[in-house]
Amino acid sequence: MPKSKKQRQLFYLMPYGLWLLLFVIAPLILLLFQSLTTQNGHFTLHNYALYFSSGTYLLMTFNSVFYAFLITIITLVISYPTAYLLNQLKQKQFWLLLVILPTWINLLLKTYAFIGLLAKTGTVNNFMSLFGIVPQQLLFSNWSFLLVAAYIEIPFMILPIFNSLAEINPRLEQASRDLGANRWQTLRRVIMPLSMPGIKAGIQAVFIPSLSLFMITRLIGGNRVITLGTAIEEHFLVTQNWQLGSTIGIILIVAMVITMIFTRDRKRSRKRG
Amino acid sequence: MQPVKLCAFLVTIDLLIKSEGWELTNISTPIIEFKNVGLSYGDDEVLKNIDLELEAGKFYTLLGPSGSGKTTILNLISGQLTVTHGDILFEGNIINDVPVEKRHMNTVFQDYGLFPNMTVFENVAFGPSIKGMSKKDIKTKVTEMLTLVKLNQYADREITELSGGQRQRVAIARALANDPEVLLLDEPLSALDYKLRKEMQYELREIQQRLGITFVFVTHDQEEALAMSDWIFVMNDGVIQQNGSPEDIYDEPINHFVADFIGESNILDGIMKTDYLVHFTGKDFENVDAGMRPNERVEIVLRPEDLDLTTIENGKLIVTIADQSFRGDYYEITAIDDDGNEWQVQATNKSKIDARVGLTFDPEDIHIMRFNESENDFDARLESYEGEEDAEK
Repeated sequence: MPKSKKQRQLFYLMPYGLWLLLFVIAPLILLLFQSLTTQNGHFTLHNYALYFSSGTYLLMTFNSVFYAFLITIITLVISYPTAYLLNQLKQKQFWLLLVILPTWINLLLKTYAFIGLLAKTGTVNNFMSLFGIVPQQLLFSNWSFLLVAAYIEIPFMILPIFNSLAEINPRLEQASRDLGANRWQTLRRVIMPLSMPGIKAGIQAVFIPSLSLFMITRLIGGNRVITLGTAIEEHFLVTQNWQLGSTIGIILIVAMVITMIFTRDRKRSRKRG
Repeated sequence: MQPVKLCAFLVTIDLLIKSEGWELTNISTPIIEFKNVGLSYGDDEVLKNIDLELEAGKFYTLLGPSGSGKTTILNLISGQLTVTHGDILFEGNIINDVPVEKRHMNTVFQDYGLFPNMTVFENVAFGPSIKGMSKKDIKTKVTEMLTLVKLNQYADREITELSGGQRQRVAIARALANDPEVLLLDEPLSALDYKLRKEMQYELREIQQRLGITFVFVTHDQEEALAMSDWIFVMNDGVIQQNGSPEDIYDEPINHFVADFIGESNILDGIMKTDYLVHFTGKDFENVDAGMRPNERVEIVLRPEDLDLTTIENGKLIVTIADQSFRGDYYEITAIDDDGNEWQVQATNKSKIDARVGLTFDPEDIHIMRFNESENDFDARLESYEGEEDAEK
């Protein structure tokens, strides 16, 4: 065993460090390298130039950001009240478990389940036909895409918000009411600001993965919504243009880093004379 | 005035008084009143038929061990809890269903409950800003409150940067910034060290007297209660055991619980042979109590500070010193009498362990407690024979 504290720390860090190096850092370098070369391996900025001059790619970027934004807003609006309510319940750990349960099921399975539900001959249409409503085209629409994406992301939004709410001393709510604030004012001025770290973590957990969704866009959205995720998949698997695929990948990573910076948990600090 | 008219006039007044629920002796309505208030959780009766009246502008203390129901009473006043039965009145109006935020009272919580995301200023400004006061008025109010608790230098500090004592002061300033008519304090000093606690006791009392508002203070510390209050309610098992001025409660505890809980006491079984003659430890002693049945079984209270050590010849009782420790201004002595009773004595003079000495006390130091005597009966009995004494003179 290594002796000094520093050596010991390095030793413990080794397994994950190795993993990080092989499967995160090395691929990132390769991706960056690919994006900066031609197919013959010469250095070029052509891929980036192409990306930023193409209306199609810029539209895709806009679509990605816009839809990720919509998905985040929808999940937030649903999740915050839910997390707040869960916290008031007696058996809150049990109810939370129910909320988290769907995340244990494979994403692809859940997506296929939705196809079964939303298809023209699916459960929803069958049920509606009982009331004499003609089967509607539910799948392959923007709405179905948003619905399924939000469904999948909701637990990832609820969990951090729930945790930050659970950390708030119930006394603070009592104190706020005692000082004359009604329930809504208490929520607005005490509970919400104190649960901000949870909201930010939830936004990170939902917005960033939503930027690069591709399976749901294809299976549920029917490629009506083309996002950056779809584009990357196309370039790597269909057109075999790995260079452009890498470029989009790098741009996506930059977008994620920017999101991280905006939603990071800033401790309030003030300079004092 | 003709007799008939006068009579009619008096009847009218009488009816008026009755219909308004006034009593001639007490025209001013109590600021807070409990009428037969009870609170239960399922079968667990936390408070049993509490009746109390609080006058405006006084310092009240609810004193009792944990689980006695004192904080429950506070939470009922503030509105954090709702009664199971009975009525709570504020200035004569029933407020059972008035929500917390609409009551004219504020609370200083045991753990302060300060908002960690706000500065000292923002914490104190919370109430006024909810009320919709202008920025300028809020600033004036907050400055005034922070000056009151001597924290005006700390307005921009984060709560996490404050010591326990400073947080305590912020909590007081925040509660007072709403101009409450009643300030409720839930064991606010229990987290402070001894010296700071003494300081805050003095300051709280001063603040209460300066503002002239009603304080309801909850504590389990009898010393604190005796030092600060105008009036004390001693609680146990969800029942008010006794209420009175600190002097009354200390000098004339009504039952074993109060005698034991307030200060240190030597409590013994005895028999009240006749008026002014009590029998305990096999001897008769002259005392100053009367109004009981002949040979009634009673309990005797003798406070340690009323006992003194003397020579065997001068002693009313002979005891053997079992233990002695120096307490600064007195010696804390444990002595055993010949019947095996243990006596706590606070003596000014030193003795020796195993020494045989005399124990002496004055007739008025013997306090008699009857079994199951209610406060009202106690007061009535006291009045009856004290009246007799005056008549004899």
